[in-house]
Amino acid sequence: MPAGTLYRGREGMWSWVAHRVTGVLIFFFLFVHVLDTALVRVSPEDYDKVVATYKTPIVALLEYGLVAAILFHALNGLRVIAVDFWSKGPRYQKQMLWSVLGVWIILMAGALYPVLGHAARVLFGS
Amino acid sequence: MSTSEINLTGSSADAAEDAYTLSLDAPRSRTRTKKTPRSTRGNFEMAAWLFMRLSGIVLVVLVLGHLLIQLVLDGGVSKIGFAFVAGRWASPFWQVWDLAMLWLAMLHGANGLRTVINDYAERVNTRLWLKGLLYTATVFTILLGTLVIFTFDPNIR
Repeated sequence: MPAGTLYRGREGMWSWVAHRVTGVLIFFFLFVHVLDTALVRVSPEDYDKVVATYKTPIVALLEYGLVAAILFHALNGLRVIAVDFWSKGPRYQKQMLWSVLGVWIILMAGALYPVLGHAARVLFGS
Repeated sequence: MSTSEINLTGSSADAAEDAYTLSLDAPRSRTRTKKTPRSTRGNFEMAAWLFMRLSGIVLVVLVLGHLLIQLVLDGGVSKIGFAFVAGRWASPFWQVWDLAMLWLAMLHGANGLRTVINDYAERVNTRLWLKGLLYTATVFTILLGTLVIFTFDPNIR
């Protein structure tokens, strides 16, 4: 470790970094998402036109990334709560991080077809 | 490690005990007296810390349920359109769900970004401007979203 830094590396720091990065990304999406939903107050045509971009293959890939960020942030957030409020939380923080990543991989595999299936049908035909 | 686990033996026991006392005692054991300066920030940071955990638990349910309905069930994103939104907001249950999700997610996210700005923006003016921008965008988004949910009209045409 270089001198004069608080960063310690390993599971604790990297999960903290990932929690920050995913949190900021989700917040920026949320801002855009409220704006696009507000178009239902303009006209059904304008709303449907913008939502159509959400159904294109490239944006579908971004949606899969959004799901990845939200799932990690949610699962790791529960781990942070356990570390703060469960008396044995700090002792098992590493094991809990590996559990978070395990559940995350399973859920991401489960989301693969529902989120990207539509894009695959557009690209390769049904 | 608790003090009861330390077994001090040999001639350097006193020195070791002193070192232990000095290294751990200082930051936490200062007792408050009348002369201790009072924090001017009240309990805001503690309330914010607690809010992040409580809203986080609720958001796990609200947001994952939202993702399941919008992106996974019944054809995923391809079914979404004005008619789908109108169908869902015909029910007060989903209006309250979306309203709670909007407020909690925006406040949770705004407080998260406030922490990030506090951590990385070092110049006073930079912090001031970034937080001003953050609070403006947050208030605008919450009010706009709330207005849209409450004034939604399925027969807008």
